[in-house]
Amino acid sequence: MNKKFLTTGFIAAVATAGVLASVAYAADGITVVSWGGAYQKAQHDTIFGPYTAKTGTAVKEEEYNGEVAKIRAMVESGTVSWDVISVDTQTALQGCDEGVLETIDYSKVIDKAKVLPGAALDCAIGSDVYATVFAYDTAKLKDGPASIKDLFDLQKFPGKRGLQKNPFVNLEWALIADGVDPNKVYDELATPAGVDRAFKKLDTIKKDVVWWEAGAQPPQLLADGEVVMSSAWNGRIANAIKEGKTFKIVWDGEAPDLDMWAIPKGTPNLDKSYEYLAFASSAEVQSALAPHIPYGPTNLDAVALVDPELAKTLPTHPDNLKAAIPLNPQFWGDNGEELRARFNTWLAQ
Amino acid sequence: MSVTTYSEDRSTLKARLRRAERMQRLRALGLVLPLFLFILVVFVTPIAILLTRAVDNPEIADNLPLTTTALKDWDGKDLPGEAVYAAFAEDLKAAQKSKATGLLGKRLNYELPGTRSKMLQAGRTAEKMTAGPFKDAFLKLDPLWGKLETWQVIERASHRTTSFYLLKALDRQWSPTGGIEQVAPDQRLFVDVFVRTLGISVGVTLATLILGFPLAYVLATLPPRHSNLMMILVLLPFWTSLLVRTTAWVVVLQTEGPVNDLLLWLGVTNEPLPLIFSRFGTIVAMTHIQLPFTLLPIYSVMKTISPNYVRAARSLGAGPFSAFWQIYFPQTMPGIAAGCLLTFILCLGYYITPALVGGPTDQMISYFVALYTNRELNWGQASALGAILLAATLILYAVYNKLVGIDKMKLG
Repeated sequence: MNKKFLTTGFIAAVATAGVLASVAYAADGITVVSWGGAYQKAQHDTIFGPYTAKTGTAVKEEEYNGEVAKIRAMVESGTVSWDVISVDTQTALQGCDEGVLETIDYSKVIDKAKVLPGAALDCAIGSDVYATVFAYDTAKLKDGPASIKDLFDLQKFPGKRGLQKNPFVNLEWALIADGVDPNKVYDELATPAGVDRAFKKLDTIKKDVVWWEAGAQPPQLLADGEVVMSSAWNGRIANAIKEGKTFKIVWDGEAPDLDMWAIPKGTPNLDKSYEYLAFASSAEVQSALAPHIPYGPTNLDAVALVDPELAKTLPTHPDNLKAAIPLNPQFWGDNGEELRARFNTWLAQ
Repeated sequence: MSVTTYSEDRSTLKARLRRAERMQRLRALGLVLPLFLFILVVFVTPIAILLTRAVDNPEIADNLPLTTTALKDWDGKDLPGEAVYAAFAEDLKAAQKSKATGLLGKRLNYELPGTRSKMLQAGRTAEKMTAGPFKDAFLKLDPLWGKLETWQVIERASHRTTSFYLLKALDRQWSPTGGIEQVAPDQRLFVDVFVRTLGISVGVTLATLILGFPLAYVLATLPPRHSNLMMILVLLPFWTSLLVRTTAWVVVLQTEGPVNDLLLWLGVTNEPLPLIFSRFGTIVAMTHIQLPFTLLPIYSVMKTISPNYVRAARSLGAGPFSAFWQIYFPQTMPGIAAGCLLTFILCLGYYITPALVGGPTDQMISYFVALYTNRELNWGQASALGAILLAATLILYAVYNKLVGIDKMKLG
């Protein structure tokens, strides 16, 4: 019996040490938090490394899955140990409204006119354009799905589908599969009847969905044969293809969105954080990301610097945007809360 | 003379003994003190703080102070008067400056879905308002501000403490007339999840008992050479990280995993079974992880049972089954009681295993505590769920104590 208590005690001690260690942070460098996986590796190679080389400021990297709670906990308790964080647009808007993000002084970063329209928000600046798409394995499905309708068609493509555990994109796709024009999805979703319609459509595939949370999961689910097709962030699939996987991206109904840099309110390294934002927003740095992971730049000068062949694989390429859902972060900033609540209840029922 | 000396001696002896005992008690206390302080600082205090979050309600009172005061005189039957709207405009101006409108909208959104964006809009408009009548201005801005319900909710939410989160954790809410009612069917969730949490915990406890009891018996009766080896086999997985074991189950149970491959090869099934992301997978993985917790107390109690009792029963004419059932089994009860309680209570708080191996309808209450803490930033709701789970656990413990008796339990 003693052994058992020793084990339990040991586990508790290790857990406590882990918590204490995460509180401590590098005082001389800055801590940048991003989404991990292939994406963060690309950022490491094209942004963090060159930034340290140029300025001498060390970058301490951390990963998260978009949990705003951690930012809020730091801001409220006055112990902000994250200096720059990568957030999605909804979080940027919400964090700004709730006062947990620093209002950006653009004079210290970049001329707003050089930034993609909609990417220079009050509290965050776009770092790249990614998209939620869906993909399948051509080795397992010869005659694969080609449209959002196929994603919802269990007769034509039986088997499990991977979808993100988040109403964003799923509700839009449900409406598109139900016949709504991609440009009208947000008009439809703004009405209670439209929301009901989306959930009703999702009900038809609910039993056959595997829900993912981390961006690295969909390529894994596809490779394991756990799902026949899965929604995913386009870069994660592209990088899996680069590693030899036989995946194919379906661009129909792609949902482009921005990754953004934001600064939590109260960071002790505000000047260095601005220096980092300015560096990361420059045209050269922005155009260097795409060869590592196919996400488009937000600096308009950087667009011209991207190789035209490579540009075809970016979410921002006109061919890929043909049947895209229009970017509408404001809708999700305003309605995300209740839609997520309903979605989570729907999931667990 | 000699008698008094004797009694004096005795009293000084008593005093010396007391002193020595007191020293010993202090020394013992000194040894326990670090643990006591540790538990107080890192366990009791945070839990107490978290529990107060379940009823804590500062958002409205802090950020709409004038409105809160103005609403004190309101009867709640008709729309409030100009004074309340004027106070509201003044408060919103200040809130807009301190960036608190988002927080206000978020808080009201819990009770009135769709309020968040309207609150932000009202904040932006209020900044430009200079003179009244404010009531007309707000009514024109959005019909929301002209609804009696809106003001009833604001009035209710302006108190420093609230029962909102606790009621919500039981799928209940205040009705407009002041009573308590069930929430709308598409929002009902937590009662189901609590029942599910209890159901899975009971299931896993029973499964570990059924699997663990015979194994413990074999371990306790085998000669040490073999039983030690078997004990290692039980303990080895026990010493492996919970996450590793859970991930191993993901590999084993997945659609193209070894179990499904074997079943397909044997022809038991024609298509892969949904073993993973299901209730079945959750219970199997949890049973595996909890097995040693049930087994070890039973084993150590069995080790202390002398084989003579069963031998005596047999020699007095009892059959093998009745000797086991009437003589041996009752003596293992303290171990069974301890092992089952340990497993059951640990199961109530499971998070990682159902999150990785279960589907969305297999998530237990901890999942929702994590969801509200990390994603939704609704710490009031997370604390309320935690508080209800804690209360339910304590009640179950009390019932268990009544039925089994904690003093009869033995961990070894």
